[in-house]
Amino acid sequence: MMQIVLAVTAVILSLAAAGAIIRIARGPSLLDRVLASDVLLAILGAALCIDMAVNRHLNNLMLLVALSIIGFIGSVTVARFVADRREQPHES
Amino acid sequence: MSRRRISLRQELPLLVWLVIVWAALWQDFSPGNLLFGAILAVAVARMFYLPPVDLSGRFNILHAVPFALSFMGKVVAASFQVMYLAAVRGPTVTNAVVAVPLRSHEDLMVTATGHVISLIPGSLVVEVDRSTSTLYLHGLNLSTPEDVEKLRREVRDIEAGLIRIMGTRQELDAIRQEAAA
Amino acid sequence: MNPEPTAVDTVIDAVSAVFMVVGALMSLAAAVGLLRFPDLLSRMHAATKPQVLGLFLLLASIGLQMRTWWVWPVLLVAWIFQLLTVPVSAHMVGRAGYRTKHLHRELLSSDELEAVVQKAAAKASREDASDGGRPD
Repeated sequence: MMQIVLAVTAVILSLAAAGAIIRIARGPSLLDRVLASDVLLAILGAALCIDMAVNRHLNNLMLLVALSIIGFIGSVTVARFVADRREQPHES
Repeated sequence: MSRRRISLRQELPLLVWLVIVWAALWQDFSPGNLLFGAILAVAVARMFYLPPVDLSGRFNILHAVPFALSFMGKVVAASFQVMYLAAVRGPTVTNAVVAVPLRSHEDLMVTATGHVISLIPGSLVVEVDRSTSTLYLHGLNLSTPEDVEKLRREVRDIEAGLIRIMGTRQELDAIRQEAAA
Repeated sequence: MNPEPTAVDTVIDAVSAVFMVVGALMSLAAAVGLLRFPDLLSRMHAATKPQVLGLFLLLASIGLQMRTWWVWPVLLVAWIFQLLTVPVSAHMVGRAGYRTKHLHRELLSSDELEAVVQKAAAKASREDASDGGRPD
């Protein structure tokens, strides 16, 4: 049964990743791209989770936590940068 | 830089949280590991000093459990709602930016309310006015003034729930009076 | 690691299989929302929020599959990290998006922030100071 679940989720996640990549390529603004790459990162995390659940190991768990923190720091930094540069050019 | 001394009791939730994270990351809950984690937690809290969070000093577990359950229920319901909107309505969705004045002026309470309301799909904190403790939310699929009013009431209900869990005495009294009125 | 499969095992497997498929569907919902919603702020709703439930379901299915108690605290810590970080990054991106006018005003049925922002901008330009006002 796990093999069927693995196949189904693989298809779903591939479609989702394709959608996110299309948005990264097309996204009209930088913030759209940041958002889409955040989603792509979350999809990778979901794939790691499913791998752990199907194969019953926990090797990727710390990778998952690190991944979410990297996504967080990345999007916050870019958002901060965009807001600052457009809005207050003469402040820090 | 003057460092305000913080009592151990105020720091305790942070230390307990750090020990839990340490033990969870090692996946080892033996007493020795917990002790070492506690020593590390105290060292970290002393070396990397953060301004203390003003806790109100009370935490009502009887209200916390139903609140957590209803929070999960709302997250599940709203996730499927956003999924439906994305798949069916798509480009024709109507949104609104709503101002919600909160009762509490505690930073912790405003932050907690903002977090909870952001985690429930369909609403997103765009801006916070700290002086009047007003949250500006962006709500998905709000087309009529009734929808806006519904979202505002929901946010104030969530804040009331959080105050019942960990608000100060004065806020709790205000909630009780409001409920009685 | 693999004891005899019993009825309980089958039920747990079925539940975790459902959790995994629904969790993956949440990711798909995020991607569909990214593609179909018209402006940045409504995309943010689709992108960040279903992931909270999605990750919860996937972590729960790991916990069900491992069948040991000590993985639950680790999974809970991973989930709480996400709970704490997702609203902050969503707020930062949303705020930057609102301020740089990445939203379609014709899609808003009401905007109670705009009046406040304009008043603050007028005040800031009157005082000729740059304390968070908008020069544009």
